[in-house]
Order: sequence, then C-alpha cells, then structure tokens
Amino acid sequence: MVLLRHGATAWLLAVGISWVSLGTALALLAEVSGGGLISYYLGSWPAPWGIEYRVDAANAYLALIVSVIAAVVAVYMRRSVAAEVPHERHYLFYAMYALCLAGLLGITVTGDGFNMFVFFEISSLATYVLVALGRDRRALMASYQYLVMGTIGATFFVIGVGLLYLMTGTLNLADMAARLRDVTEPRPVLAALAFITVGISLKLALFPLHLWLPNAYAYAPSAVTAFIAATATKVSVYVLLRFYYSVFGESAVFSALPMGGILLALSLAAIFIASAVAIFQGNVKRMFAYSSVAQIGYITLGVSFDSATGLTAGIVHLFNHALTKGGLFLLLGGIALRLGAVRFDAIGGIGRAMPLTSFGIVLGGLSLIGVPATVGFVSKWYLVLAALERGDWWIAFAVVASSLLAVVYVWRFVEAAYFHAPDARIAKLREAPLSMLVPAWLVIAACVYFGLDTDLTLGGAAAAAGELLRGPR
Amino acid sequence: MTPGIAILGAVAVPLAGAALIAAAHRMPNLREAVTLATSVALFVLVVSLAPEVLAGGRPAARLAEVMPGIELAFAVEPLGMLFALIASGLWIVTSVYSIGYMRGNDEQHQTRYYVCFAGALAAAMGIAFAGNLFTLFLFYEVLTLVTYPLVTHHGTDEARRAGRLYLALLVGSSIVFLLIAIVWTWQVAGTIDFVRGGILSGKVSNTTMGILLALYVFGIGKAAVMPVHRWLPAAMVAPVPVSALLHAVAVVKAGAFAVVKVVVYVFGVETISGMTSVDWLPFVAGFTIIAASIVALRSDNLKRRLAYSTVSQLSYVVLAAALLTPLSIVGAALHIATHALGKITLFFAAGAIYTAAHKTEVSQLAGIGRRMPWTMTAFTVGALSVIGVPPAAGFVSKWFIVSGAWQAGNHLAIAVFIASTLLNAAYFMPIVYAAFFRHGAEDARAAHGEAPWPMVVALTATAGATLALFFVADVPLELARQLVEPARS
Repeated sequence: MVLLRHGATAWLLAVGISWVSLGTALALLAEVSGGGLISYYLGSWPAPWGIEYRVDAANAYLALIVSVIAAVVAVYMRRSVAAEVPHERHYLFYAMYALCLAGLLGITVTGDGFNMFVFFEISSLATYVLVALGRDRRALMASYQYLVMGTIGATFFVIGVGLLYLMTGTLNLADMAARLRDVTEPRPVLAALAFITVGISLKLALFPLHLWLPNAYAYAPSAVTAFIAATATKVSVYVLLRFYYSVFGESAVFSALPMGGILLALSLAAIFIASAVAIFQGNVKRMFAYSSVAQIGYITLGVSFDSATGLTAGIVHLFNHALTKGGLFLLLGGIALRLGAVRFDAIGGIGRAMPLTSFGIVLGGLSLIGVPATVGFVSKWYLVLAALERGDWWIAFAVVASSLLAVVYVWRFVEAAYFHAPDARIAKLREAPLSMLVPAWLVIAACVYFGLDTDLTLGGAAAAAGELLRGPR
Repeated sequence: MTPGIAILGAVAVPLAGAALIAAAHRMPNLREAVTLATSVALFVLVVSLAPEVLAGGRPAARLAEVMPGIELAFAVEPLGMLFALIASGLWIVTSVYSIGYMRGNDEQHQTRYYVCFAGALAAAMGIAFAGNLFTLFLFYEVLTLVTYPLVTHHGTDEARRAGRLYLALLVGSSIVFLLIAIVWTWQVAGTIDFVRGGILSGKVSNTTMGILLALYVFGIGKAAVMPVHRWLPAAMVAPVPVSALLHAVAVVKAGAFAVVKVVVYVFGVETISGMTSVDWLPFVAGFTIIAASIVALRSDNLKRRLAYSTVSQLSYVVLAAALLTPLSIVGAALHIATHALGKITLFFAAGAIYTAAHKTEVSQLAGIGRRMPWTMTAFTVGALSVIGVPPAAGFVSKWFIVSGAWQAGNHLAIAVFIASTLLNAAYFMPIVYAAFFRHGAEDARAAHGEAPWPMVVALTATAGATLALFFVADVPLELARQLVEPARS
C-alpha cells in the first residue's frame, strides 16, 4: 500500500485482506472446534528453538472476533476516512490499518512470548498513528498519551517475558509452562507475573490503568475508534488469560496469590466508577469510551471468578462487547460524518433527522444495559450465574445494579435524540451513507441475533474456557 | 391451523401489523384500518386456541434454544389464555376508541402511537403464552420498552420526567430483583419452565423461599405492589387510550398475571403453603390496597384517582394469590379479567370527558351526566364493578376472593376487603352523584355533547361487557377452575 501511494487501491487491498483473514479465522475455528490444536513452525524451525504458531479453541475464538470486526470496519471506513483524514494520507491510513490488523492477529495466533511482544508493538505503533490521524487537534495529544502508557505497558510485558526467559531458558509459551514446574526459585517468577500483569493491564485498560483510553477513543477517526474499541483491548485480555492459565498454570496464580480478589475488586471499581463517570460526559464518544472501561470490568470480573462459568462469561463478553461497542462506534461515525462533532448539546433531535442511525444506537445501548434478546443479556446471565454459584450474593446484585448506571447513560442519548426539537442545522442532516449504515446495522443486528442464538458465541466461549482451564499442554 | 402456529402467530401478527402501520404512515385511513384488522385477526387467533385449552389441552411451541437449557418457548395454560383473551379482545375496542380520541384531540405522531400499541400487544401475548421464566422476562422487558414512547407521547418535560420514573422503576426493579430471582431459580431448580405444582418443591429452604418470593414480587414492578407503584400514576401523562388498555389492562395485568403465575407454576401452591417465611406478602398487599385507596380518595385529578384505584385493585390479585386457597386463586384469575373490563370502561369515560369537555379534575364534573349520558352511565357501571356491586362483573371475582379469605381463615384479609370496598365506594360514588344530580356552572364551556361516536361506541361496549360477564362467566370461570384443579397425569 505504501508503494502504491494510492488511497482507493489501498482501501480495496485492506478490504480484501480483512475478508481473507475472516475466512481464515473461520476455517481455523472449524478446525480446532473439536478440541484440536494446530501447530505451525515458522521457517520450519521446530519449537522451542523456532517460533511456533499455536492455535487452539481459545485463540481461534479471539481471531474470529478480530477478523469479523476488521471485515466490517474495512467496508465501512472508506466514506468515513474520506471525510476525516486528509486525502494525501489515505494510503498511509490503510497501510496502518493493515499493520494493526496483522499485529492483533499475530498476538492471537503466536505461541512465542517474544514474538507476542513484537506483534504487540506492531499493532500498538500502528494504532498510535491511526489515533493521531483524527481530525480534532486533541487527537495528537491523545495519541501521545496512549504512546507513553502503551510503551510502559509493552516494556513491563517484555521485562516479564525476559524474567521468564531467564528462569526457563525458553520463549515458547508451551515449553515455558512445562519448565516452570521445575523452577524452584519463586521470586523471579512472581516478579515476572507482576510485570506481565501490570503491563497487560495497561494495554487492556483495566481500571485504574485506563486513563489513556477515553481520549484515544474520543479523538481517533471514527473507523479507528470502532476497530480498536472492539478488538485491541479484547486481544490484551486474551494475552492475560493465556499467561495466567496456560503459562503460569492456574494453581500458581490464583491459589498462591490473591489474584482473584485483586482482579475482583478492580473489576467492580471499573464497573461502577467508569459507568458513573460515563454519565457525566458531554461527548457521546467519550461517554461510550468510559462505558468500554466499565465493560472491560465485566470481562475481568468473569475471569476473577476462576470458574468454568465465570470464565465463559468473561470470554463470551469479549465477543458480545466487541459487537455492541463496535456497532455503536460505527453508528456514531455516521453522525460524526454528517455533523462533525458528537456532543450531547449538538445532537438534540437527531432521532428525527437520522432515524436509522439513532435507533441503531438505542438498540446497541439496550445491549449495553443487558436487555434480554441482546448479546449483553447473555453475558449478564452468565456473570450472575457465576456469582451465585460461588454464593456471592452481593456480587450478583452489584452486577445487575450496575446495569442501572448503563440505563442512565444510554437514556441520556435517548432523551437528547428524541426529546429535543431539531434545530435548523440538525433538521437538514441526511441519514448516513449506505456504505456506512449497512455495515453498522449488520453489527447491531448481530447483537440481537447472537442474543437469541448463542451456539457460536457461547459454544466458542465455553470451549475456550475449557481449553484454558485445562491448563498447559 | 395447528395450535403451535396460532401461538407464534399471536406474537407475530401484531408485529406484522406494526410494520404495516408504519408502512401506511402517509394514509391515515388505511393505517387505522390496518390497526383494526390486526386487532381482529389477533383476537380470532387467540380465540382459536381457547377450545383446546378448555378441553384440558396445553398447546406449546418452541422457537429456539437461546442458551443451553434455556429456551424461547411458549405453552398455553388457563391463566395465560384468560389474560390473552382479555387483552386481545379489549384491543379491538380500544382501537376503535383510539381513532376517535387521537383524531378528536389532534394528537401528533399518530403513526408511532399505533406502531407502539401493536408492539405492546405482541409483547403482552408473549407474556401470556410464555412457557418459561426466560420468555416471560424477555417479553416483560420488551413491553416496558415499547410502551415508553407511548407514555412520553407528548414529548413535554412532564412526559419526559414521567418516562424516567417509568423506566427507572420498571426496568430497575426487573433487572435488579426479577433477573436475580430467575437466575437463582435456574441455579437451584435446574429449570425455569412453568410446571404445574411448581419447580422449587424440596429444593430450597424456608428462608430462601421467602427471599425468592420477595425478589419476584418486587421484581415484577408491573404488579405495582407498594413501594414499587409510583410509575403507574406517573404513566398517566400518556394519551387516555394508553392509560386505558395498557395501564389498566395489558401492562398492569401482565404484572399481576406474572405474580400469580410465579406463585402457581414456579413456587407451587402446595409447596409454598407450608412455608412460614412467605407470610409477609398478605400484609404488604393488604397495606397497598388500603393505602392506594386512600390516595385515590384524596386525588382530584380523575386519571390519577383511577390510577391509584388500579394500584389498589392489582394488590387484590396479589393478596388473593397470597392467600393460597383454591377459591382465592380462582378469584385472583377472575379479578384479572373483571377489573380489566371495569377499569377500561372508567378510563374510556375519563377520556371521553376530556375530549368533549376538556375536563380533567373530579371537582369539575358536576352536572356532566346530563350532557354526556352514555359516558356517565358507562362510568357508573365501571365504578359499580370496581366496587363489587352486582350485577357488575367485579362482584364475581370479589366473591371468590372473599370466600377464599374465609377458607383461609384470614380475618385480616377480610377486614381489608371490607374497608377497601367502602373506600372504593367513597371515591367513586361522589363522582356519579355529582355528575347526575348536581348542577354545574352554565357557561360557554358547558356547551358540549358526547365525545366522537367511536369513543362512545367503545365505552358502551366495555360497559355492556362488564354487565354481561356477571351473567355469562362460564369461560373465565372454567379457565380459572382449571388453574387450581389437581394435576392430571
């Protein structure tokens, strides 16, 4: 794309790449759905010397999430990018998009610790550039903030991996897990665990390490927001899960240290504080960004339960939240295209001018709340069930009570969109172009469809949870 | 047509109607014709299911397995049949009334109104025929959301505030309490299907049973048991037909219906009657009956008075179910039907008064019976039914409920019913008296006649039905009786 230096061709290439990845991801998932394992030695160097790509039920599921969103966003982004990014930079934008996608998919499929770090850097560097391309000047600042935080996270991660390499002499994750059992000196391993946990938590925006996220989401170009909101943090969650379960083994992490308790407390804090902050945002994109921090809290909450149901809840919410938030940000991109900014005081009465976009946002919002027949409900059901299985009453109540905060912030949009008479500027807006509306609505429709037919999402999540809980192999 | 298709059709037909109504938004006459045709089609479908249910059949339909073990499934049983008959039958009448009301008052956004109305009926049918708690919960939430645009129809600040309260209480209570109750039931019982005799027998302790019941009763906010009742008076900012069909029949009865259904099919009357931890329910319901009646007595706004009367009457159903005797449960089921007829008549009359005379307060109604004789006669019939005077239908259900209280030996409940009957009379009869026997101010505002004819036809029809149900209560009585008869193999 960089060689071609031509925006439209680069876009076509990006669409092609994304759809090919989607096909590949589907094929991979089909291959491993029976509990299989695919191992590929890069350059035919056998593991643990060479780099191994290793796909099981857990990362095939993640690769599917990433490539589904990528395929939809790729189609969507042409009009959005045309409006938000200067023409001469279009080919660069698409090149960065492809790099970011490559990085994210690389993280999911690789079985090698250092290789994972490299892919992290590829995707992150590409993301910094993508965020900085936002038309608001604050995008530069947001990107810089993200760069600093992201680099710290990546450094911590690589230090952790380095420590593990020091102790085990291998970078291959499966091999590392096997050799960790024989390591007698626990302190460096604990240090590695701490570095990796903090490093990844920065990347996945676990409260209180989420500070880079709201600005990055709010000021990035619309297509980028939708893409990274739906994928980047999810992939980081996967890395954390992979290290916790497949490398350290659950015994070392969850029983020797109060990791579950720490994660639980942080998750609940994320859910309540970020939801409460979301309520008071003036910018709709920022509001949904804070909502993302809260939703990540639901994911990590499920993980913290350390049970099959809890892990399934967390993993299925990876998918469900990717769909919901992806769809929401795609629709907001339509408003941004027509209106420029997406502030609450500027969108009064937009329900009249852009009925399909607004109604889609309402449906996505209902999924955030967790209304039955949306994907959000499936996640919530499993989270509550997991909490009740542990006998933790108050957590179950906390989960459902926090949905009420989501009702409040979603209803701010409803009241702004439907209870204000549209002013002259709003009244002459047209509906978003079909090339954006159709992909966005496909995602929103998927939110409802997968709320009623959970074979793929829940089945995949349960298989992934089973794979992780089985521990290293 | 197989019963399964009829059940799915009962949900699908109003939805299809909603789509057609939206498509016909530029042609008001066609749009209203679609509404009427849809309501008639729905009623025919529902009636077609009745013979099989009356004969003891329990038609069922399965749509999808949403999560492992949790299905979107329907199963028709007598109580749901009764609720569906009432709601779909009254929708026809309300549609006729709506046409007169919405045109007579030059309301805005009429297409949205009819679309949401049809959606609300689809949700009500889903609730009536739900085969398990998940399906019930799904349509329960849909009903709240689809009626929200109806409550906030006028788009004013007052409507927006009422809408907030409506959502906060209904969505809040259902998500926080009802959802937890359902997940908990699933966890301890391993099923959430509605099963005759209940699914919790021997699965939970006495204390747990009490907590679960509380989660259900307060989680089903649509039953308006105090303190989860404030949404109902707030919802009165809606246009009158909405208050009439939804906030006297479909929505609130969905709540009362769900409570009875949970008591009969989830807890099981026999399982629960041995438990001491559920004894608080009659007190809460009894308190709601009396307290709401007193508030009604003190309200000058006619719709607000009717709303609090509804809150009070809904707790009749809850209290009757809580008495746990066969007679009282028959009474609870019948009361869902009889109160629906009486109260919709009262709301129709209130809407007719508003349309013809633009009067909303009780104190303005002196002498109105002479200018609107049909309307006020119907109002009188409705009032008599709610008070429970023969020959109005309300007497029948009240008879069963009070007999059930005797059977249970619950003297407090009997005292509540007597006090409430007196209060009912105290807040309705002065209106009737003033309307017919006192003279209002003879000014220009008094120069009005009856409301538009569709409204008069509708309220006369429901008043007639209220009287008729007293004499021919065979079908509802049989359905209610089947609810309590011992399980057949």
